[in-house]
Amino acid sequence: MSGRAVPAVEARGVGVTLGGRRVLADVTLSAAPGQWLAVIGPNGAGKSTLLRAVAGLVPREGEVLVEGTAVDDLRPRRRARLIAYAPQSPALPPDMTVYDYALLGRTPYIAYLGSESARDREVTRSVLERLDLDGFASRPLGHLSGGERQRVVLARALVQQAPVLLLDEPTTALDLGHQQQVLELVDRLRLADDLTVVTTLHDLSLAAQYADALVLLAAGRAVAAGPPARVLAEPLLTEHFGARVRVEPGPEGRPVVHLVRPSVASMAEEA
Amino acid sequence: MTPARPRGRALFVASVVLAASLALGLMAGAAGISPRAIALALLDRLPLVSVHSGLAPVEEGLLFQLRVPRVLLAAVVGGLLATAGAGYQGVFRNPLADPYLLGAAAGAGLTVTLVVVFLGGDTGVSAVPIAAFAGAVGGVFLAYALGHTAGRGGGTATLVLAGVAVTSFLTAIQTFVQQLKVEELQRIYSWILGDVGGGWDQLRMIAPYAAVSTVVMLLHGRLLDVLSVGDEEAVSLGLRAARVRFVVLLAASLATASAVAVSGLIAFVGIVVPHVVRRLAGWSYRIVLPLSFLGGAAFLVLADTIARTVLAPAELPIGVVTAFVGAPFFVTVLRVTRRVET
Repeated sequence: MSGRAVPAVEARGVGVTLGGRRVLADVTLSAAPGQWLAVIGPNGAGKSTLLRAVAGLVPREGEVLVEGTAVDDLRPRRRARLIAYAPQSPALPPDMTVYDYALLGRTPYIAYLGSESARDREVTRSVLERLDLDGFASRPLGHLSGGERQRVVLARALVQQAPVLLLDEPTTALDLGHQQQVLELVDRLRLADDLTVVTTLHDLSLAAQYADALVLLAAGRAVAAGPPARVLAEPLLTEHFGARVRVEPGPEGRPVVHLVRPSVASMAEEA
Repeated sequence: MTPARPRGRALFVASVVLAASLALGLMAGAAGISPRAIALALLDRLPLVSVHSGLAPVEEGLLFQLRVPRVLLAAVVGGLLATAGAGYQGVFRNPLADPYLLGAAAGAGLTVTLVVVFLGGDTGVSAVPIAAFAGAVGGVFLAYALGHTAGRGGGTATLVLAGVAVTSFLTAIQTFVQQLKVEELQRIYSWILGDVGGGWDQLRMIAPYAAVSTVVMLLHGRLLDVLSVGDEEAVSLGLRAARVRFVVLLAASLATASAVAVSGLIAFVGIVVPHVVRRLAGWSYRIVLPLSFLGGAAFLVLADTIARTVLAPAELPIGVVTAFVGAPFFVTVLRVTRRVET
């Protein structure tokens, strides 16, 4: 995509085989510094696996580079300072406080048998403040609403201070308002800190609105990549999602995808 | 924010409770030795201190050859079992995990039965603890090897299942062996139900293993906290999750084997003490592990004191007391600290 600059994150020829099944094959993606890249695709296409492969959580073939450095050559703690990852449904121990959970984001900076420094605490504090979570600091995770949880998970990832942020379906299980809140928050932080964000998103219109570039995965392969207007083409979506859709230009030239009921569509054609 | 001060206070309170139960354990017994004399006799043993306790040599012998080692052994065994239980719970992220989960108990039960049945009573004194230790380590090793070959990727579920399989398999062999010599049943059962009267020899025997395993577990508190958000996230945070789990598992198993070697299969301590601690002092393994050690030690010293006093001069098996006293205590703590389940 972008020409000269070294991409913030780049994956080349990524393949993953899980339990004898080929889940991903030869996937390539690249995101420039400060860019938001969304991975889209039908259920089971391998979106989450791709994110986990980039994060180094599943055995994979191929290469992942962050700011030009191959992450396989790095020790785990070094890698964790470059890539932060938030899973789709994170395990949130109900008794753990918001502050202690966010503080876990400092793990890559603490020696094996060491403990948190004053700086680790300070970073955590300031992130909680930025996300308007300072009032929640001593609240147990079990007492949070869905939207609050998502923000807390985001806080933990930010505390990691990695230039690349991988978010697996950050809006699952959130209502419309909270979806928007979380995505706006991610966008604001991305712009403020020049973060590179890679998310999986199942809502295509949301993906189109927030991401600078999309990668469409289908059956473990990247079948299209580029700006939203190019990837969200009706024939592509029909082919890979098996859905009847209409894509319309939306605000700022970002496409909006509508589902079209087959009966309505045929009536429209007849008319 | 992270409660440094409450943590210190909790450790202080637990230490006081342990000290009080040790004192109680030393005072309780058939020969009425006065607390003052006990205190003076203990002081006299300190380097550079010389006081006269007024104890007769027989009483002094009873105190230092029977009561002191017994109370200390109870404390060490209780501490080991409770810390190991907390460690297992952290590694498996399962509140029902206990020190015997991976076949330590079944392994020790089998080897002790073999020793009692085939070597008879004569060699029993020194052979039983060694056999128990070897059996406990062997049982865990078997479960680990089986779990490792059956489940790739270092998942914990397969390991637990392997532990279940190993436990029932070894128990089956043990039951078969003990049927061969029914007259030894009582000895086997009295070993299983537990006893901490092994004296200085047994205390000395397990001291190095107990010390190393406890220190290793205590050092891994923070890392177990990281593991509590799940393996995948722990790895994404730069933690070698499989390695941490293996190290803690190894230490917890060594602690369990040490305890089993000198005390039999004392139930309840390893699972209940960590839970009581969690209810009272919070979720973090940095506090759960040391408090479990102190709490487990105090609990077993008290249980042993009850075991040898309620029916004096007869002794109850300590395992009976831990369950009989421990279960209602546990329920009380659960009720008092009632909370919303999430």
